[in-house]
Amino acid sequence: MEHVIEVSQLSKLYRLGEIGTGTLSRDLHRWVARAMGKEDPFLKIGESNDRTQKGSGDVVYSLRDIDFSVSAGDTVGVIGRNGAGKSTLLKILSRVTSPSTGEVRIKGRIASLLEVGTGFHPELTGRENIYLNGAILGMRKHEIRRKFDEIVDFSGVERYIDTPVKRYSSGMYVRLAFAVAAHLESEILIVDEVLAVGDVEFQQKCLGKMGEVSKGEGRTILFVSHNMAAISTLCRSAIILQHGRIDFTGDVNAGIERYVRSSKSATGAVDLADARHHICAFSKLRSVRLMDAEGIVTSTLFIGNVFRLCISFELFEDIRNLEIGWCINNIQGVTLVGYVSPWEGFQTRFDKGVHEVECTVPFLQTLPGTYYVTVWVKRMGEKIDDEVERAIEFEVLSRDLNGSVTYFDKYAELNMFQHSSWRQINSIMP
Amino acid sequence: MNRRMTPKKSHEHWDLRIRPNSPLFDLHLRDVWNYRDLLALLVRRDFVSFYKQTILGPVWFFLQPLLTTVMYVFIFGRLAGLSTDGLPQPLFYLTGIVAWNYFAECLTKTSSVFRDNANIFGKVYFPRLIMPLSIVASNLVRFAVQFLLLICMLAYYAIFEGFRIEVNAYLLLLPVMIFIMAILGLGSGMIISALTTKYRDLAFLVTFGVQLLMYATPVIYPLSTASPSVKGIIAANPMTPVLEGIRLGLLGKGDMSAASLAYALVSSLVILFSGIIVFNRVEKTFIDSV
Repeated sequence: MEHVIEVSQLSKLYRLGEIGTGTLSRDLHRWVARAMGKEDPFLKIGESNDRTQKGSGDVVYSLRDIDFSVSAGDTVGVIGRNGAGKSTLLKILSRVTSPSTGEVRIKGRIASLLEVGTGFHPELTGRENIYLNGAILGMRKHEIRRKFDEIVDFSGVERYIDTPVKRYSSGMYVRLAFAVAAHLESEILIVDEVLAVGDVEFQQKCLGKMGEVSKGEGRTILFVSHNMAAISTLCRSAIILQHGRIDFTGDVNAGIERYVRSSKSATGAVDLADARHHICAFSKLRSVRLMDAEGIVTSTLFIGNVFRLCISFELFEDIRNLEIGWCINNIQGVTLVGYVSPWEGFQTRFDKGVHEVECTVPFLQTLPGTYYVTVWVKRMGEKIDDEVERAIEFEVLSRDLNGSVTYFDKYAELNMFQHSSWRQINSIMP
Repeated sequence: MNRRMTPKKSHEHWDLRIRPNSPLFDLHLRDVWNYRDLLALLVRRDFVSFYKQTILGPVWFFLQPLLTTVMYVFIFGRLAGLSTDGLPQPLFYLTGIVAWNYFAECLTKTSSVFRDNANIFGKVYFPRLIMPLSIVASNLVRFAVQFLLLICMLAYYAIFEGFRIEVNAYLLLLPVMIFIMAILGLGSGMIISALTTKYRDLAFLVTFGVQLLMYATPVIYPLSTASPSVKGIIAANPMTPVLEGIRLGLLGKGDMSAASLAYALVSSLVILFSGIIVFNRVEKTFIDSV
């Protein structure tokens, strides 16, 4: 197959910290260096973008020496943890920002959807916004006119087409915006998680439209999402980014498998020797391990799955009423749920020595995102003896829970999922 | 899909190459042309959204310069007693205000174009030059409306006040004057916009700077009354021949020569091209610094 996108030696540098302070002095420094024929003094101190380790320099590579190519008609899912460089890659491909080094070569027209409804003006009507948004996305006026009816039809907001969009519900707004984008005539389409909006029915329609586009019209699609279900439905191949480098390219299922497995090893098992401990009068926490249902150590879990936490601790004396507990905190530090050994009738008598206990949770309730585990040991009803906050960081990924595409991403204020059953009781038709 | 490390042979055809640096003088003008429909739609958007949010609507286009004229007549005409070259004060000031407003609006709006559009610029590509161009074009619509007001006032003075209109060949230069104002506002606005992405402080200076520049331009006084010591400075301002020229064509009094006009045109073009060049350099990476 012919390549329509070729990326070679692509890197992108970002300056960390506060931008705007000391830039003038730094610019002067740079000019002097350049005038003397030296290399840019700030380009050398780049490090790989591993946000778990604090780097010494204040410039990092968001992407580093990326090489890959995409064939015509392929649908490629771009997978990676937060900060792996996905957004940077998309931004470079969309020409929103330019690379620091390297080159991207593209054949055909490229359209990118980093957001739906870019440039929508609340005062303008739906009709006017279709034209404006279409033009911003690179369509000519006559193209939009030709597709206008199709767009309105797809969006399903025909009745409100001459109403200013500020009176639209958010759902209608998104439908209209996506409808414009879905009718772009480009050979290459770049999509960034825009599917995580709207109602499920509309999402299915969008996924359908995108699938139809890639198969029927031979369009090439690059799709970024945290939603593994959407990626596996839509994409044929996958690219995994890790710390700004390419970790994997190839078949989508192998890619997802690898992505999930890649987070095992060190990060799923943490030695607490260097962690900040509590008073430790009679106990000390030694290590924690997070495991999936098969017992594989990992720091990436899927929502709704079985998972386990192993806690290893040392007792300096025999304890007759020991409580072991742990809880899940979100990034903001809010405690969401706790698991305490005596609540489940677990033994409380432990002798002096090193012990390891395992706690199995049948259903992971936290919505996709990043969370922390805090562990503690104490005598029941007394003050905490040893506690390690943020002992483990883990990531929860989205998956298909009910046979439909789930869209948790847009509910930033929600943290937990619990199964519930729904039935219709009544309807009043007009 | 596969991973390849070898660079592609150069003879193959690619529609687009994304590279860190493009040639300094590559102005993407063809790209801008391809997006001309967007330009038209943005102008329409500005116009529609301007009056949709107000009660008086398009009346504001008239009211604003009229109120300013009344204020100037009172302050500069009556209180300060500045000369208007023998012209009726309202006509003199309104001419200055309409022309100056066009230039000043082009400059200030263009200078904040990156900040105002950071959201759109961060999400989708189109030639960034479209945005400042749409500002200049939107303001042109507004200028045309205000110019109409000026014509009405001129007619009023001719009919009721016995003001003798001396329409002369200089009026034919009006399109040139508008062109100079547009490119000067656009060019200097783009230079400032490019600098403000790095040095935010400049944004605060713009409003002040424009105001200061107005006093260095014969808006509220004719060039002929400026004292010789400052005349040199005022004449160095490319806006000076523009304002004097418009007055000369419309009201029959003004101090403009072919040389000063040529000077204004050439310096505006130089500013425009430097503006486009720095603007194009900044547009590629500005999104990393907002």
